Amino acid sequence: MVIGCLEGDCHYVNGNIRARARVERVYAILERIKIGPNRIRMYNLSAGEGSKFAAFANEFVDQILEIGPSPINLVRAGNQVVTAKEAT
Amino acid sequence: MITGTPKPIEEIMEMLDPYDNIVLAGCHGCVTVCRVGGEKEVQVLASTLRLAREAAGRTIKIREVSLERQCDPEYVEQMRPYVTDYQAVLSIACGAGIQFLAEKFTTTPLLPGINTGFLGVTERQGEWSERCQGCGDCVLHLTGGICPVTRCAKSLFHGPCGGSVKGSCEVDKDTKCGWQLIIDRLVALDQMGNYGKLKPYKGWNSSRDGGPRRIIREDMI
Repeated sequence: MVIGCLEGDCHYVNGNIRARARVERVYAILERIKIGPNRIRMYNLSAGEGSKFAAFANEFVDQILEIGPSPINLVRAGNQVVTAKEAT
Repeated sequence: MITGTPKPIEEIMEMLDPYDNIVLAGCHGCVTVCRVGGEKEVQVLASTLRLAREAAGRTIKIREVSLERQCDPEYVEQMRPYVTDYQAVLSIACGAGIQFLAEKFTTTPLLPGINTGFLGVTERQGEWSERCQGCGDCVLHLTGGICPVTRCAKSLFHGPCGGSVKGSCEVDKDTKCGWQLIIDRLVALDQMGNYGKLKPYKGWNSSRDGGPRRIIREDMI
């Protein structure tokens, strides 16, 4: 979850627009290597929007829970099971 | 600078399939400037490959390096002490750099991580366009600083073809007609007289038609 200032309100003029382009690039990379999509997302908020921040955070958590564990975590979990069996 | 574009990650993954222990080599030269093969791109590609491999149930060890230039022997030699400890080298330098590594490290497979593009300029951040084809016989002094070999899709030497429409090239309407640019520029410079000075024909033996080229500077050897 990446948060930038509201569009048009960036201290670095267009830094948040460029950040969004980079987030979209990462999104595309994760999708192409079959880890994504939807595991990264960018929101735009002002510093005074605390309740909105909480709502976006909850929304993103729900989104991640719905997708489930990443393929990497599944592989790692599988390896741990094998390792534990080998250990016994 | 020499430009390039990243190869699709699927193609790179296929190339790397036989290997589990590689060097990923970037270059601080042209490919850093055009954001395709510098230190940052080495880091991003290495992370991507590790994630992709692990998601597929295999791991890969990647040594990340970035040479000052992959087209100069003194920098390439910096890899010699450890290159044979790895199964392959994936280079994201231009084709010249990759080939130079392959020539120096004859027992290690070299793999290209980018598609090398053209000699070009930065129009703005994230946009590059071609300016030179290295024909070996520059005529820019006669053409208002605009290259007919590169900017004309047909590399014509004596004015626009019939496909020039309102300043655009018939190959792509978003491409400006090179000869329209040249004539406009010569008019603006009051140098239309140069138009008649172009050679009746251009010799291409100084270009690629003469085979791989070499430059030997006796004063520097």
